[in-house]
Amino acid sequence: MEIVREQDVVPFRNRVREFSTRIGMSLVNQTKLITAASELVRNMLKYASGGKVILEIISLNAKTGVRLTFADQGPGIADVAMAMRDGFSTGRSLGLGLPGAKRLVNEFDLKSEPGQGTTVTVIHWKHGR
Amino acid sequence: MERIPILKMGPFLLVTIQIDLYDRLALTLENDLINMVSQTGARGVLIDISAVSIVDSFMGRILGNIASMSRIMDAETVVVGMQPAVAITLVELGLTLQGVHTALNVEKGMELLNTKLINNWEQDEEEEEDQDDRND
Repeated sequence: MEIVREQDVVPFRNRVREFSTRIGMSLVNQTKLITAASELVRNMLKYASGGKVILEIISLNAKTGVRLTFADQGPGIADVAMAMRDGFSTGRSLGLGLPGAKRLVNEFDLKSEPGQGTTVTVIHWKHGR
Repeated sequence: MERIPILKMGPFLLVTIQIDLYDRLALTLENDLINMVSQTGARGVLIDISAVSIVDSFMGRILGNIASMSRIMDAETVVVGMQPAVAITLVELGLTLQGVHTALNVEKGMELLNTKLINNWEQDEEEEEDQDDRND
């Protein structure tokens, strides 16, 4: 799903809700995943003026979950460790987006090179673990 | 353009958010509310978010902004009706909504605003009395 404008955020969140409902995820876990997705998609819009998100339902060792892959062609993150810290922001926001999103989902992976864009992959399992 | 309606109820303003806000709508609401506080001299703002299923850091910041701006304009803000799943998520996200009063539902929120209004009024009275005493 392509994200290019802020109006795409709400429909995107609805898609994530659809996927998590389809595997029978509980409301709390849905809310956590959608909030995390919302933070990440907002980052993508703000720092890379948009990008693509792949939504998938995955199964691993009898666990079912939703995997979201956020890929952008933006400027990348120079200091990933710093960006993952609470309260750090280069964009005059609260600095909760990345560390907050990481706390909300089960698996979180961030790959970024300056000038090469950023890819964030998150997985949230049906039962939240 | 779409707008969230703001209702005036006595000395308070009442806002019910019934859809998931996208950013521009949230910013418009922030703006409209502050203007309304200034125009009506409202002493309290009550925001009902019982129909909001997602509060992310942006939405949280808007709520915080409304509270701080209203306070500067001499009005208290109460956010009511937060869904349990939203509360759990907010805390894990690391957002504590500092400076925002909360209540379980609209009724309790109204009570809270009323108490605050009376308290503030009593404080003003006392200060005035103190001043009178000194003048004597």
